[in-house]
Amino acid sequence: MNVSLKCIPDNSVTGYETFRAGSFAFSRCEYFAYIDSPVGEHVMPIDAFLKALMRDIAWGFFYGTVAFDDVFGTTNHYGNVDMFLGTFNEEWVKAERTYSENFRSDELMAVFKAMISDWTNEGFDPFAAPQETGNAWGRKQGNEDALIERKREVAKRMVGIPGDAPLRTDENGYPVNRAFLDVDQEQPVIEAEPGFEDQLYAFNLFGYLSRSDVTWNPSVASVVRQSLFCPTTEEFVLPIAHGNDRVEWFVQLSDHIIWNIEDKHTSAPTATVTMRAGDVAAMPGDIRHKGLSPKRSLLLVWENGSPEIQEMIKNGTVPMVPVTF
Amino acid sequence: MMAEYKTKFASIDDYTKGGIQILNEDPKRFVFSNLYEVAATSAPYERVVVAKNLDYTIEVSRAENTSDWYVCSHDEFVVAMDYDVEVHFVKLDDEKVVDENQDGAVKLQGHPDGRKMGRILMKRGHQALLPEKVAYRFQASAPATLMLQTLIGQESVEKWGDICIK
Repeated sequence: MNVSLKCIPDNSVTGYETFRAGSFAFSRCEYFAYIDSPVGEHVMPIDAFLKALMRDIAWGFFYGTVAFDDVFGTTNHYGNVDMFLGTFNEEWVKAERTYSENFRSDELMAVFKAMISDWTNEGFDPFAAPQETGNAWGRKQGNEDALIERKREVAKRMVGIPGDAPLRTDENGYPVNRAFLDVDQEQPVIEAEPGFEDQLYAFNLFGYLSRSDVTWNPSVASVVRQSLFCPTTEEFVLPIAHGNDRVEWFVQLSDHIIWNIEDKHTSAPTATVTMRAGDVAAMPGDIRHKGLSPKRSLLLVWENGSPEIQEMIKNGTVPMVPVTF
Repeated sequence: MMAEYKTKFASIDDYTKGGIQILNEDPKRFVFSNLYEVAATSAPYERVVVAKNLDYTIEVSRAENTSDWYVCSHDEFVVAMDYDVEVHFVKLDDEKVVDENQDGAVKLQGHPDGRKMGRILMKRGHQALLPEKVAYRFQASAPATLMLQTLIGQESVEKWGDICIK
């Protein structure tokens, strides 16, 4: 039995466009996104789909797998990317409903960007916490291109050094977030001797983060070779499940986050990691994780962006855990 | 009316560690520790590795009184995680004493020869650059927690079995 679930929204009524990438087709109606492949079809709530799509775009397909939910997602091969349906879901695999297609990263990214531009209505910010934005529902009405085209700040050395990523201030459009009004905004005191005024640098990292206008979207605050401090603010639920292809580390700087851990290949739950202020934990390279942050919190994501690791991933030698003891 | 929120920070003398609920996993694979607990249970200025990714590390150091002088062939960064810490800097007269092939911090013997560059006064959440080839030392009037972004080096201490959930 092969029942077609096809539900093609009438674009002439909704005002949205249908998008195609290879043999995949994407449509939306007032409440849902419809993903169609040659062997399977999948439906997601449109708000969840747009929030996941926003992260996949902002992170350039990120490291490893960005799972929009238990069925659909992308896997980055750095220059090219797989888009899959059911590949990492045990039941879809058993039912032989899986479908995967490889794309040039820039080509798929162009489709994704066009899709989020067309499908995001005025008043809905896919980067924002639910309490800080309108909703995604309804027929096409305006756009939020200015919000969805925000770039993540990427420091070359450290935030605040002249010529590098700037500090966030009221004046440049980054007021303190409503959940961090109690975070101290005082900057460190730098007492440089004459002649060394341009060689000593420091900034208020926690204050900088308290002014982030996005959630679940790390920026790069400091860089030691390929060691990237990527702090971020988190609230509600990480819109994707991240199946990394290398070890990733978290340092919880404030409040707490609950991480639901799943098997990378089957999506079966394997553990729950609760991180409170000061906790440090590795996310192994063979799991996927999804965070829940009851209050907006400060999280340091620590990544190793070494090209050496990409080679190790290709030849299968990248370690799944950072240390053994 | 706007809701009021209280941000929960922790410190070397006030922290509550989280944990791991296991269904089908080995908890050791998460290498789970708490940096305030590490600072609270370590010797002053011991540089304990709490996160490692190949040669890159995040190290935790308990600041208390005045540290030795350190230098590094590459940039490092330090974040004050709870209480006040000063960082003092000296521009070395002879940068050739820094071994370009040595990663991580190197402890110097005595006071380095060079010019005072100044100092940075850090409070909780403040991050400072520890520039390459510049000598630095820390000073804290009370125990405090430092987090360092660096590479594994001769001062790095790995004691995973002591600090991690098993």
